[in-house]
Amino acid sequence: MIEVTNLTKKFGNTISLDSVSVSFKEGDYVALMGPNGAGKTTLIRLILGYYIPNNGEVFIDGLNPMKNRVEVLKNISFVPQLPPPIKLSLDELINYVVVSSGTPKDKIFYYAKEMELDLIPNLSKSFFKLSGGMKQKLLIAISLANSGSISIYDEPTANLDPKARENFYRLLKENEDKKISLFVTHRLDELEGIINRQIYMDLGKIVSDERI
Amino acid sequence: MKNLFLVAFLDLKESIRAKWFLVYSLVFGGLIAMFFIAGVTESQVMGFSGLSRLLLMYIQVTIVILPIFILITTVRSISGDRDNHILEYMLSFPISLKQYYWGKIAGRFITVFLPVFMAMFVAIIYGTFKGAAIPWDIFLLYTGLLFSLSSAFLGIAFFISSIVKSSEVALGIAFFVWIFLLSFIDIALISLMMQNRYDEGMIIAIAMSNPMEIFRVAAISLFDPELTVMGPVAFYILDSMKHGVFVLFSIAYPIVLGLVFATFGYIVFKKRDLV
Repeated sequence: MIEVTNLTKKFGNTISLDSVSVSFKEGDYVALMGPNGAGKTTLIRLILGYYIPNNGEVFIDGLNPMKNRVEVLKNISFVPQLPPPIKLSLDELINYVVVSSGTPKDKIFYYAKEMELDLIPNLSKSFFKLSGGMKQKLLIAISLANSGSISIYDEPTANLDPKARENFYRLLKENEDKKISLFVTHRLDELEGIINRQIYMDLGKIVSDERI
Repeated sequence: MKNLFLVAFLDLKESIRAKWFLVYSLVFGGLIAMFFIAGVTESQVMGFSGLSRLLLMYIQVTIVILPIFILITTVRSISGDRDNHILEYMLSFPISLKQYYWGKIAGRFITVFLPVFMAMFVAIIYGTFKGAAIPWDIFLLYTGLLFSLSSAFLGIAFFISSIVKSSEVALGIAFFVWIFLLSFIDIALISLMMQNRYDEGMIIAIAMSNPMEIFRVAAISLFDPELTVMGPVAFYILDSMKHGVFVLFSIAYPIVLGLVFATFGYIVFKKRDLV
């Protein structure tokens, strides 16, 4: 369970998140929506323990993600908006994931195959030299292979072609169990049948929070 | 610990593949090769000849270029990863900040120290084949000095990398630190002395706090225990401290300095927003 209470985050004089309170329970598949600068990514980064809040608290299963980051992150998988230019080879990156998080290697290969990404011939290539779509497919495969109870996707399909998106949504549906999944998205129609809750944010506040 | 080794190992592998590492290795390896080709080992200057002469020249060039190489290649390790969102992804896995930060330092230390050491080591091996006398005392001292100078500037680089958010600013600060410390090897110290307004003790303290200056003094002191070739500050240093004590200080102090800066860098890294 994720419990966010009166969370405020400022960058200089700009308030990015303004006293937000929200909770996410097992089985919540949430679309986080809103215009650019609404505070969606800031909220996610606070949940991941990247930012020090100016006010308020975040607890994940009763743990503070900044003070107990290792324990908290064992249960979280994350796909960023843009794949970062990691210079490790695919083999090294997968090794980093497997050793640090205990994600089974065979499951990463399985989901990569399901995403139509052939890992074997690309293992020695640098991650940043892959195409945008291939990078995103690998990050999605790593996330799906993780058995954590929380999945966070920050606009994960931005670089994917229609077929890859279709595969991604199919795998999400197949994987549905009592997890918490947060999707930062601008395309609600694509998540139809997956999400059961829709949160709309603007100017750092939650404007609406509806069950679907 | 396994995560620390993992981060160190992957950073090491990534660095070895990088173009800067190739240039870095070629510069130090090339220096040694150039000295052999130029016949430095056959020359005799101020009584130094053979491999001793070669090592002395190597260390004199290293004083200037090693710090800037370490600073520019390392200063962007944290700030650069933050800039291009690598940190955001890599830290989404259950790795503690301590393991990540110190793992990066360990990996980077091996990367910057090994080529400098190996160039010197290869010179010794080549010299052995050529039948030259091996100056083991100088080789051991220089290994210690290179180790400690690398530690000092690696610590400073990681500190800068942690406190600034932009890698461009980090690079600018790194250049400033290098120029500042380089100027306090001689030029600024001499100008302070010439003004006759400052106490000798203070000038010596400034010299002793500069890792580049004590590296230089210690490196030369083995050849010239009176330090007559190095000017007044070096002379004062050995006047107030026994040679053996100074050599130990010249190795221990930069290591401690590097650790202190790296620790401050870690504290800043831990206490601030990560991305």
